[in-house]
Amino acid sequence: MTFFQQVPLPWKAGGLVLGLVFFLAVLLVKPIGVSTQFVILDGILWDAVDASVVVPSEEAKSGYASTNAYLDKSGGKYAKNVANPLNYGFVFVIAMMVGALVSALLRGGVPRGERAMPQVWRVNFGDSIAKRYLATFVAGFLVLFGARLAGGCTSGHMMSGMMQSSVSGYMFAAGAFLAGIPLALYLFRKEG
Amino acid sequence: MTIFLAVLLGAAFGFVLDRIGATNPGYIIRMLNLSNLHLMKTILAGIGVASILLFAGLLLGLVDPGHLSVKTAYLGVFIGGLLLGIGFAVAGYCPGTGLTAMATGRIDALFFVIGGLVGAGVYMLVYAGVAETGLLEAVAGGKATLAPVSGTDYPALFGGVAGEWLGIAIGVAFIVVAWLLPARIGGAGRQAVPAE
Repeated sequence: MTFFQQVPLPWKAGGLVLGLVFFLAVLLVKPIGVSTQFVILDGILWDAVDASVVVPSEEAKSGYASTNAYLDKSGGKYAKNVANPLNYGFVFVIAMMVGALVSALLRGGVPRGERAMPQVWRVNFGDSIAKRYLATFVAGFLVLFGARLAGGCTSGHMMSGMMQSSVSGYMFAAGAFLAGIPLALYLFRKEG
Repeated sequence: MTIFLAVLLGAAFGFVLDRIGATNPGYIIRMLNLSNLHLMKTILAGIGVASILLFAGLLLGLVDPGHLSVKTAYLGVFIGGLLLGIGFAVAGYCPGTGLTAMATGRIDALFFVIGGLVGAGVYMLVYAGVAETGLLEAVAGGKATLAPVSGTDYPALFGGVAGEWLGIAIGVAFIVVAWLLPARIGGAGRQAVPAE
């Protein structure tokens, strides 16, 4: 296996490139964030079935308003992004997925047996695909509900927040690990 | 131009997330159950490197302070963090790694993303009610940093220190902690199995 196929990278090399990307994002544009785009995609889908959800508005600061209070907040900035999906944040997240796919293909892809669940899940909860998919669906619900309540996720609050020494970043990280570590210790007693 | 940067930076971020093992939920779960702290070391070092570069860049005038974006602190940040932590532990995914894992062909990540779209959608619907509870009221100065940063008007928790130097010091501290952190914590009775 060459260095170019090695995953995970040694932590020093990995930390260096990870930090570099977060720094470059702030240097060139703004801090990285991901979870807002779940709302934007929801808004796009919602607006596709009901075009009255997001409408142009001369009074709104962004030029767009929404019947939904969340999309309408901060002068309709989410409403504007729903109306114009080709905006920085949304394109960033799509490109992020392409980047991950390219990386995975270059290292030979995810092994077939790993695609439904990781080994550590399998040794603790068995082979049931339905159980794993249901669990990740519920987990996804909690993660994105929590991220929206918090106003950011692991990228926006934890990485981008703590690198800027922002108080909210530390609050968020404290919450995430206070819940995550004890629960993982309880759920995953066998290692895999 | 910014769309071009969105493509470039986004692709680089996704590529790196995959390379550090963050698209593999096994590494995230084993970071949280403390049986393999490799990813924790990577993340701590990453925050440290980013922090040092950012604040050194600000001191040297290479970074525009207007590019900083500090989020508001409110009680919901902590509670949201707790909720996210629960799902993070169960699935081994967070929003960014869930999307990228899905892109690499992981099917459980697809269910995570669908659940996430529903969760974000429900939050949109209940947002007005959440706002009424006061959970979103700013605390600790709101959009606050630990110490004041020149060129910004963010309030600071500790007024007497230069935010740039504190940021560099914290960055160094993160890297030192990453260095000192053992490969794993605990593990009596647990069986180690080599990674994929």
